[in-house]
Amino acid sequence: MNRKQRRTRNRILIAIALFVVAYVIAELMPLSTWLGSETAALWAEFALFLIPYLIAGYDVLLRAAKNIGHGQVFDENFLMSVATIGAFALVLFPDSDPHMAEGAAVMLFYQVGELFQSYAVGKSRASIAEMMDIAPDFANVERDGELVQVDPYEVAVGDEIVVKAGERVPLDGVVVSGASQLDTAALTGESVPREVREGDEIISGCVNLTGLITVRVTKPFGESTVSRILELVENAAEKKARTENFITRFARYYTPAVTGIAVLLAVIPPLFFGESWSDWVQRGLVFLVVSCPCALVISVPLSFFGGIGGASRLGILVKGSNYLETLSHAETVVFDKTGTLTDGSFNVVAVHPETGIDPDRLLSIAAHAEAYSDHPIALSVKAAYAGPIDRERIAEVEEQSGHGVRARVDERTVYVGNDKLMRACGADFHDCELTGTILHVSLDGEYVGHIVIADVVKPDAAEAIAALRAAGVRKTVMLTGDRADVAAAVAQELGIDEYRAQLLPQDKVAEVEKLLDETHAHGTGKGKLAFVGDGINDAPVLTRADIGIAMGAMGSDAAIEAADVVLMDDKPSNIARAIRIARTTMSIVWQNIVFALGVKLLVLVLAAFGIANMWLAVFADVGVAIIAILNAMRAMNVRNMK
Amino acid sequence: MRKAFKLQDLDCANCAAKMENGIKSIDGVKSATVSFMTQKLVLEADDARFDEIVEEAARICKKIEPDCVIVR
Repeated sequence: MNRKQRRTRNRILIAIALFVVAYVIAELMPLSTWLGSETAALWAEFALFLIPYLIAGYDVLLRAAKNIGHGQVFDENFLMSVATIGAFALVLFPDSDPHMAEGAAVMLFYQVGELFQSYAVGKSRASIAEMMDIAPDFANVERDGELVQVDPYEVAVGDEIVVKAGERVPLDGVVVSGASQLDTAALTGESVPREVREGDEIISGCVNLTGLITVRVTKPFGESTVSRILELVENAAEKKARTENFITRFARYYTPAVTGIAVLLAVIPPLFFGESWSDWVQRGLVFLVVSCPCALVISVPLSFFGGIGGASRLGILVKGSNYLETLSHAETVVFDKTGTLTDGSFNVVAVHPETGIDPDRLLSIAAHAEAYSDHPIALSVKAAYAGPIDRERIAEVEEQSGHGVRARVDERTVYVGNDKLMRACGADFHDCELTGTILHVSLDGEYVGHIVIADVVKPDAAEAIAALRAAGVRKTVMLTGDRADVAAAVAQELGIDEYRAQLLPQDKVAEVEKLLDETHAHGTGKGKLAFVGDGINDAPVLTRADIGIAMGAMGSDAAIEAADVVLMDDKPSNIARAIRIARTTMSIVWQNIVFALGVKLLVLVLAAFGIANMWLAVFADVGVAIIAILNAMRAMNVRNMK
Repeated sequence: MRKAFKLQDLDCANCAAKMENGIKSIDGVKSATVSFMTQKLVLEADDARFDEIVEEAARICKKIEPDCVIVR
């Protein structure tokens, strides 16, 4: 609690104590006998309850008076003042029950509710800020042979900074010396530390866990990952969701309408139909208390803010409430294959030697033949070969561009390459049942086997597709520039509904446009299309889709710029998580809207018939607001989604 | 010009919505958002009249919620 809140709390506590005293005196003491008359007793009660009322609510009354001066009639201070003063004024109607206690209690409850609201909102604000507490406070720079702590803003590109164990990396850069492990949890939600050594890129916001490292800064603080993320999350509140705008528009008409009805209700029946003034005025007052739209107006943005904050905890950055809203309607999810569902790097997935040949020997021969090549395929073969490469064994290497390589290894002629190369050297090769790039190997003209190289599917990709389906996504589509058979194999392995293969980058936009039309035409037309890419060269598609999701975006400015939702790490399972968070948030938003409006309408109807009293009205106002706020705070809780 | 301002003691969500509406209708304002959650006003307005517009915005906020101050 801040100072202002503590002051209000103390005031409320005093007022409650005085209220209890007043209540006991009014109920239990024979006031009328002491004072001689019923009327005198009534006025004594009036005075007794006025004390806690004024202590609790003087600021409300003051603000109401000021606001009337400003022409702001329909604000909550004004409504509460009129309602409570009205309750006290009923003392002037001798035929009615006294309502002073109610008047004072309504003000008390209102203040308790307001205090709780402000506390809860402050609390959730703070906990979201805490989630985003990735901003570094300082950078260690060597000046005149001594390490000094400076503001990260003052560090220029090209400067070298030192990051000690336990410190946060203040700026993006490259490690120039030292090795360590980095905790990236605050950025990506990933709890396994990442290893870095000399030459590796390093991103601000990570925590250095073990060793001391020296980093050459590559970006000024304002453009570093940390600053960009913070800016993005801060600005997210600016882009309001349709639901939020709808509620504020609704509130603009709701309050004047209910106040108008309250006046009519208080005046018309007694004036024209000879009904009791006190009864109908009281009904009007109940209307006034219920007319405050606060529960709605607070809980909707709070839910969105909580959802966005919670998502950022998992390394999912949503750029605005509107995007969270759109994401919750995602019905079709379109993937770019490379870099999202697959690693985007080539890997040896199988080694198939002919009978009598040892698989390790096959790999060893191929790795030695490819020893001098830095083609991605050659690199993957060398990566798969466990042993050291002995250059003494290699001679006469000759690259056959587009086909493979010919070399002499251990004094024997080796061909490593595709089927064309095999035909050229006369080896009797055969095809493989696996899809991917097949690397055939021949030794002195004799076929010894093949190695299958493919873009490896990410370990959680299949699980991610299943999770999407469980989250209610109707259709998944994969776009790729690869050959159709490779695409078909990946789609089948992952359980993806459709694929489009051999697409050029510009074809992808056209494909997504077709899918957009189809998605929007399906069912109620509310479904949306999400496109997931790695952000490297699919910016146009990211912008064209209803919602663009960029993944593996840590450090990639282009992706952060173009996408609406940014996944900091490259795990596809986060897509389903993002959609689930969006859906949960939206359902909390609607729960609150329906609950708050429902209770308010119910109390209004009951009040019109004279069944609801002031107590119920106060519940419909602050009680509902508090419940809605508590419900909204659930949006922040994403722990069970990990 | 586009600038963000902190709003101190913005205590009521409905007031935030009213302020946003009020500020949007000032002549020369391109866009304005008042976020109750982040307690921030983001204002995009004509460069020439920017200071004047901020003055006017502060007046509007004061009118709607007397305690609320735009931190400049």
